[in-house]
Amino acid sequence: MADIAHVDGPTDEDGPVDDNHDNGHGDEHGGHGDHESTGTDNRKLGMWVFLSSEFMFFGALISNYLLFKGRDFTGFDRITLIYPIELYDIPFTSISSFVLLMSSLTMVLAHDALASGDQNRTRVWLAATGMLGMVFVGGQFFEFSEFIHEGMTISSNPAASAFYMLTGFHGAHVFIGILMLLSLWGISRRQGGLTEDQGLNLELVGLYWHFVDIIWIVIFTIVYLIP
Amino acid sequence: MATTTDARPVARTIFRRPAGHTGFWSWITTTDHKKIGIMYGYTAFVFFILGGLEALVLRIQLAVPENTFLSAAEYNAMFTMHGTTMIFLFVMPVSAAFFNYLLPLMIGARDVAFPRMNAVSFWIFFFGGVFLYTSFIFGTTGPPEGGFAAEVSRLGTAPNGGWFGYAPNSGAQFSTGTVLDYWSLGLQILGLASLISSVNFIVTVFNMRAKGMSLLRMPVFVWMTTVVAFLLLFSIPIIAVALFMITFDRQFGTLFFDAAAGGDPVLWQHLFWLFGHPEVYILILPAMGIVSEVLPTFSRKPLFGYPAVVFAGAAIGFMGFGVWAHHMFSSGVTPITQAAFGLSTMAIAIPTGIKIFNWLGTMWGGRITLNTPMLFSIGFVAMFVIGGLSGVTHAVVPADWQQTDTYYIVAHFHYVLFGGAIFGLFSGLYYWFPLLTGRMYNETLGKIHFWILMLGFNMTFAPMHWLGLNGMVRRTWVYANEAELAQWNMVVTVGAFIIAVGVAVFMANWMYSKRNGPKAGMDPWDARTLEWTIPGPTPNYNFGVNPVVTSLDDFWHKKYSEDSEGRPVRRPEADTLLAELEETGLNPPAPIHLPAPSYYPFMVGVAIPIMGYGVIYKDQAFGIPLALVGMLILVGSFAGWGVEPLELDEDHEEGDHA
Amino acid sequence: MRRGSPNPATKRAVTARLVFTAALVLAVSACSNGGPLDSLDPRGPIAEDIDGLFKLTLYIATGVFIFVQAAILIAAVAFRDRPGRQEPKQIHGNAKLEVIWTVIPVLILAAIAVPTVERVFKYTECSPDAMVVDVIGHQWWFEYQYTDYDIITANTLVIPTDTEICLHMTSDDVIHNYWIPKLNGKRYLVPGQETLLLLEASEPGEYWGHCAEFCGLSHALMRARVDAMPMADFVAWAEEQEAPALPAPENTLQAEGEALFLGGEGLTCATCHNVDGINALGNPIGPDLTHFASRSAFAGATMEFAEEGEIERWLANPPEIKPGSFMNNFELTQAQIDALAAWLRSLE
Repeated sequence: MADIAHVDGPTDEDGPVDDNHDNGHGDEHGGHGDHESTGTDNRKLGMWVFLSSEFMFFGALISNYLLFKGRDFTGFDRITLIYPIELYDIPFTSISSFVLLMSSLTMVLAHDALASGDQNRTRVWLAATGMLGMVFVGGQFFEFSEFIHEGMTISSNPAASAFYMLTGFHGAHVFIGILMLLSLWGISRRQGGLTEDQGLNLELVGLYWHFVDIIWIVIFTIVYLIP
Repeated sequence: MATTTDARPVARTIFRRPAGHTGFWSWITTTDHKKIGIMYGYTAFVFFILGGLEALVLRIQLAVPENTFLSAAEYNAMFTMHGTTMIFLFVMPVSAAFFNYLLPLMIGARDVAFPRMNAVSFWIFFFGGVFLYTSFIFGTTGPPEGGFAAEVSRLGTAPNGGWFGYAPNSGAQFSTGTVLDYWSLGLQILGLASLISSVNFIVTVFNMRAKGMSLLRMPVFVWMTTVVAFLLLFSIPIIAVALFMITFDRQFGTLFFDAAAGGDPVLWQHLFWLFGHPEVYILILPAMGIVSEVLPTFSRKPLFGYPAVVFAGAAIGFMGFGVWAHHMFSSGVTPITQAAFGLSTMAIAIPTGIKIFNWLGTMWGGRITLNTPMLFSIGFVAMFVIGGLSGVTHAVVPADWQQTDTYYIVAHFHYVLFGGAIFGLFSGLYYWFPLLTGRMYNETLGKIHFWILMLGFNMTFAPMHWLGLNGMVRRTWVYANEAELAQWNMVVTVGAFIIAVGVAVFMANWMYSKRNGPKAGMDPWDARTLEWTIPGPTPNYNFGVNPVVTSLDDFWHKKYSEDSEGRPVRRPEADTLLAELEETGLNPPAPIHLPAPSYYPFMVGVAIPIMGYGVIYKDQAFGIPLALVGMLILVGSFAGWGVEPLELDEDHEEGDHA
Repeated sequence: MRRGSPNPATKRAVTARLVFTAALVLAVSACSNGGPLDSLDPRGPIAEDIDGLFKLTLYIATGVFIFVQAAILIAAVAFRDRPGRQEPKQIHGNAKLEVIWTVIPVLILAAIAVPTVERVFKYTECSPDAMVVDVIGHQWWFEYQYTDYDIITANTLVIPTDTEICLHMTSDDVIHNYWIPKLNGKRYLVPGQETLLLLEASEPGEYWGHCAEFCGLSHALMRARVDAMPMADFVAWAEEQEAPALPAPENTLQAEGEALFLGGEGLTCATCHNVDGINALGNPIGPDLTHFASRSAFAGATMEFAEEGEIERWLANPPEIKPGSFMNNFELTQAQIDALAAWLRSLE
């Protein structure tokens, strides 16, 4: 889905028509012949660059949580003195973390399947990744409804606000990832498989998915495990 | 078993794929970096006028003590919108205009890495700015909880918490009404546009340079663009988090900045300035890049100390993340914090000074043409130095306890942002005018513009230094008769109107000359960089033939060799070279594929503010449906964009003049 | 070196330097406007110390300014293209110069950094024998509570001269900023937190100040005064302030005003304001009025107590004078206004 402007120079022997959109460079993207480049495809580099900014985004959210987590809110107005740490069900969250971790594995398997040309298996692993992601998100929903039931809402106290905001944004990122996975799966089904160009998109979604997983590991450690 | 990989994408577009490269719809659907740059430029300029009018209205109010021209409510809205507009809707987008138009040209590329994403950045910005300004029409203000409501005119129903929106004043308790929701959501939308651009520019610079153009052969303007892109990349997420927090505090009952509930108002300041300080380098570095191109051209000498200037620019960017709390010296942070940030602020003066000395070195010993772009670049150096020096006085922390939140600070940042950034941008507008239009602007009017601006600008902002030290605080709707501030305030107001005259001269020159100016021809400035190797107005496809580069200032070296003393000697083949370049520029030898236009970026731009309105009015009947409609358009646009085929079927375009 | 009288060239150079320095000092001091909020006119040891450091930095900055602007002007003129001018040598840089113009600024800044850091630490902590006053910021006035005395006042802060005053500050609502330019720099008042500011006046007098952090609609009208007096006078003032207000004599206009204050004719003054000895309101929303008539200014220190008709003007329509005022327009009759004003003027 790249719309890299491409050029046919006067020495291009393939002639002016470029049906598979690769600048006459065969399998190379982010080509070499006529410009200076890092060697990484534009879209892949773009995803890495974008993910580095996402690190700052989650960094700010995590710092925010760390700031409020240790505070004592007794004596303040409109406070419900319930802290996230009191409500954690570590075994439950460990299981859903494991599920998310497994989804990264299935993502790698999907990529692997496509690399070896097996479109069916690719779809299977893509669906598996999406479903494991949905289990994770479902687990989050369940966890949050329990917390709310116990009396901790987004307005209970600043630590609660920070907790829900951090985990909420992470969950939203997982949800977007699920949408992308299902889109790839759907496109593959309709077309009978993914083209090589679309294979790059699978890699990009994979990168994103692994990033979201890594962020969860950080969140799980800092928010749930460290006292 | 395995299916083959000859599956083909199936095109499913909702609308017929647009095809044109001329006409009104071609602007709506364009993915061409030059058209996008032009749209950024004109849109930003409209906001410049709006921001300028807001300033004039402020200055009328402050011309005399205890004035009643504006009410307090109107004044607070006007100064908030003046700052917000000038920063987010003028300087940043006009810098984006320059980046968009010039970056590919300077590195010898045909477009940026992601043309549709480039268009989406523009449309998100455009509709974000419109969204922000609709607060004047639809927004409501309200007293703090427990206060009494009062009638406020339309001029006062706009965001009114300052461009920095300090909590808790900007929170739900003290700013009832909707104007600050327009502000927080509007800024969020604008930040998204910048973030998307930054990814685009970074990939473009790293992956699409002409053959032979190593990083240290890139023009300084390209380097500065890259540093700015990294600054945006890392600072926008922080303000995004801060804005989410204040929006959630206002809309969904979170307690981040609610002191009575255990929240921390100073946290807002830390997050805001963690973004805000890199932001000011985002505002100045493009102009520094422009000046680094203009000064060498009109001194007929290379930039003095290219590696030092590049390194200093990168250092400023990097160190810019380490000085944020110098905006908070009086906020009650610990003495260690104050000392540390005072030192880091002093340190950042070093690379800034290095650049200034290198610019001086460029001019020194040159053969200088004092035309309009050169005057503005020299003016930049002269005015920026003043702002930089007053900045150093702020780094002296105890002195800053006196200076902060007074007009002394207003003087400082206007010297660096107006005398600096805006003078630099004007220099660039005149310099690249022939490339954009193929014509020359009127030099006399240009000089008149410069001198009027020098006069008006200094008259307006120099007195603010001592007005601040004499006790005039910022964001002050009136000042007391007894404060002895009247006389210089009047001078400042007169100066502001003189600036307006200067800007009017510029606008007249631009609008007239772009249609009627004399044709400029190839390389009118005998310049040094790649963008001058093609005819103006720039053809659709930029370069007829992909350029190949063998050194810094490659174009110059193709025209000039050096004698034994190191003085340039024009090569005999130089004129033939120019003629050839013009020929291949206008008539490329082989067909060139261009990125196809698309409706989807425009639709994404429209969808996002609709969601914004939905959030603001979520408690009303139409709110949530509106948000859903926006989301549907957004998701639909993404889907369409993703499925949209790369090119049109009959896409063999010969060179089209833009 | 030749002894004897200095040669004319050296004399000229020295004279030039002296004249230049004198001009510089004059120019910088001319920036002082002598107004009540002028930070370039320090009246206490802290402000003087800061002023000295600022002026030193300013002189150095001015020197750099002159050097750079001169270089720009000279370059623009001397190297301007003229007929017959040669093409310039294509110099790419000079490593030695880069080092020089990096190192010299570093040295200058290091020199300024030392006194800067010293003073940061010196002036962010109160000495143990400082006089403590609590300052509470409100939209849009400052409240003062003297910890050593049982005194609560507003708008004008009375202090003894030659004494370090340690202000412990916080806010009741949004962030404010307390600034008395002639006595020190400024410091925020943050809700939920305590910040410190030192003040010391070396001579008696009235020093004006202002809230310096945008705090809402009437930020421009949130001002302050400091009234410094010799210690003996201050102690006398404190004694008077600690005494409760005396009830108004019977059958006077003041008595009518007092009755209105306490709730006569449906007025609600006593629900927001406290006057010791007359009503006993804990946690009043509005300023304490016990010794209102002893203050030079009111209404956020924007209105002069002594000026005729000001109290009446305020009572008639507070939001018109102070937009957003939490004291509403109660639509008092002229009779009510006159009575209340008379009573307020009696609260010495």
